[in-house]
Amino acid sequence: MQVPTARRDGPLQADVLLAVALGGAVGALLRYALGRLTGPSEQGWPWATFAENLSGSLLLGALLVVVVERGRGHRLARAFLGVGVLGSFTTMSAYGLETQQLLLADRPALAAAYAGCTLVGALLAVLLGVRAARGLVPQKEP
Amino acid sequence: MLLVALGAALGALARHLTQHVVATRRPSTFPWAVLAVNLVGSLLLGAVFAAAQDGGLPEGLATGIGVGFCGALTTYSTFSYDTLRLVEERAYALAATSVVLNVVGSVLAAAAGWALLA
Repeated sequence: MQVPTARRDGPLQADVLLAVALGGAVGALLRYALGRLTGPSEQGWPWATFAENLSGSLLLGALLVVVVERGRGHRLARAFLGVGVLGSFTTMSAYGLETQQLLLADRPALAAAYAGCTLVGALLAVLLGVRAARGLVPQKEP
Repeated sequence: MLLVALGAALGALARHLTQHVVATRRPSTFPWAVLAVNLVGSLLLGAVFAAAQDGGLPEGLATGIGVGFCGALTTYSTFSYDTLRLVEERAYALAATSVVLNVVGSVLAAAAGWALLA
């Protein structure tokens, strides 16, 4: 079975936009809190972003199987949890900046390892999330 | 914290609207919308980081724009999901192109933004 393509071409709905905005705020606050907890990592491996991008990818894979393939969950689950919380919790801009700053600090091996491990890890995580949800969540009864 | 939440709400909305506009006007198998927001957000974050480093931007505002808006505008989870989707559809060239453009692009965009204001 293939991962379905997301349909995003319907009309804009106010409750969907609100769910995206609220979820986005929640996801960023969680990311902010995790970043504060782990402290600055200017000289080393950016653990907070690394953990966020992998865990968020795993959860998004599972969520989209449940919502899109299995047709389960609240109507706004995808907008709030998927586009909002997980979309905002994971981030490409910090990943790009952290990699660039490691290169700037003359640590090319660490920069390459961080960029590569995040990419491979996130792809494996999303695959794991998709597979796990397909195995665990049955199709909704009609 | 309030600025992070506000920036993030706007960032997530901007990402959603970009995906909506691309899906409506230019439907494509290739995830253009995610690439666009990831590059723009990385460029902006690089500039904000540089501006905050030399004190040109107050810390609270820099956190609101950087952690909030840029962090929420850009995304990794949708990028990994879209890549998996392309692989499952056997669109390997598109998947590889998306990976290279997002990964190399976000680093180069952050570097460009940083160089702009550093």
